[in-house]
Amino acid sequence: MKYKDYYSILGVDRKAGADDIKRAYRKLARKYHPDVSKEPDAEEKFKEVAEAYETLKDPEKRAAFDQLGSFRPGQDFQPPPDWWKQFAEAQPGFEQHAFEDIDLADLFAGLSGHGARRARGRPGPIPGQDYEIAIQITLEQAYHGAELELDLSLPEYDESGLPRRVPKKLKVRIPRGAIDGQKLRLPGKGGKGANGGRDGDVYLNIVLAPHALFRASGHDLYLDLPLAPWEAVLGTTVRMPTPGGPVDIKVPPNTAAGQQLRLGGRGLPKTHGGAGDLFAIAQIAVPSEVTPRERELLQQLAAASTFNPRRHFEEKA
Amino acid sequence: MNIELTEATWLEDAGEISLARLAELSGLEETRLRELVDYGALTPVDPSASSWTFSAECVVTARTACRLFNDFELEPNGLVVVLTLLERIRGLESELKQVRARMPRMR
Repeated sequence: MKYKDYYSILGVDRKAGADDIKRAYRKLARKYHPDVSKEPDAEEKFKEVAEAYETLKDPEKRAAFDQLGSFRPGQDFQPPPDWWKQFAEAQPGFEQHAFEDIDLADLFAGLSGHGARRARGRPGPIPGQDYEIAIQITLEQAYHGAELELDLSLPEYDESGLPRRVPKKLKVRIPRGAIDGQKLRLPGKGGKGANGGRDGDVYLNIVLAPHALFRASGHDLYLDLPLAPWEAVLGTTVRMPTPGGPVDIKVPPNTAAGQQLRLGGRGLPKTHGGAGDLFAIAQIAVPSEVTPRERELLQQLAAASTFNPRRHFEEKA
Repeated sequence: MNIELTEATWLEDAGEISLARLAELSGLEETRLRELVDYGALTPVDPSASSWTFSAECVVTARTACRLFNDFELEPNGLVVVLTLLERIRGLESELKQVRARMPRMR
């Protein structure tokens, strides 16, 4: 079993009072709670903080934790020989337990302190744990649908009612048409229930990975379409990438920067048929270098043209 | 190792669920869910119906409420304020994302 120092996780002294522990927990919860935090690794950090508080807020569990002794975080350790006798004697099955491959959190969840009581010695059904996981998919995966493998570590109850972490691989089919922020449910694929309790569910929060060319807004896609100044004026035909393969589009003459060309149904597919649109946003690109001949032609154009792009300055002045 | 393929289903396609089912899926007690409805954080499909049903998407709000309730020990009114603000932030974030998608990328 690997040691975790719940006191240092909460940043409190071993002699801290219940109020100090609560205050430290609340401060860290506000900082790392995945629902309110933007910190990187917030979820992992909050899990540690919540686990530490779950044990230290309960006087019985805290006493049991204190009696484990003090080790380096991550150090392999065994509870002292009389530990289980003192804290877990009333709980059948504990003494048969090998402590090597058990998580410290599961050990304390298994102890029935003043906090939430678990399966041990109780006949009531216990629902399996639900999981919420953010999964990042590429635009191509959203367009075509995808099969993904997820690695989970799920608690399962053994015959003595003590939870153990069991690594589990899930192969999931993501239907086509997923967009950023959508939620998928895998019923019954979470933690196993005990005593007739339902198996937990897995919820997947879809995050669309940024794409080099396309930007998604719901099912619609946006793409920058750079045009040379003469292409914008004269009009042209360009081969444009779309998620479904390249298409040739006609750019009409006198296309201004920022104008959007809409390709109906070329965006991301929708779950119940149809698809979003693809919008190409015209941009006027200028060459960083010009040949002497190009310069000459542009100078001729400048001399001949009556076009004034800043006429409205004069009108509004 | 041969792993069985699981079909993921869209939460919004899961139809309507009962109050009891929402309690089961979210981990919140029915009385607490009723409070959330009273304070306007959850809306049943037909609030005047004798037994409430909810769209399956309410599971997301109810699960968030359950986490906030347990992890911050919030009282119902505070909980609803937090839920409302979170929803507003999510709405604004998604609007911001949409506006950014429409803007030409800076080069």
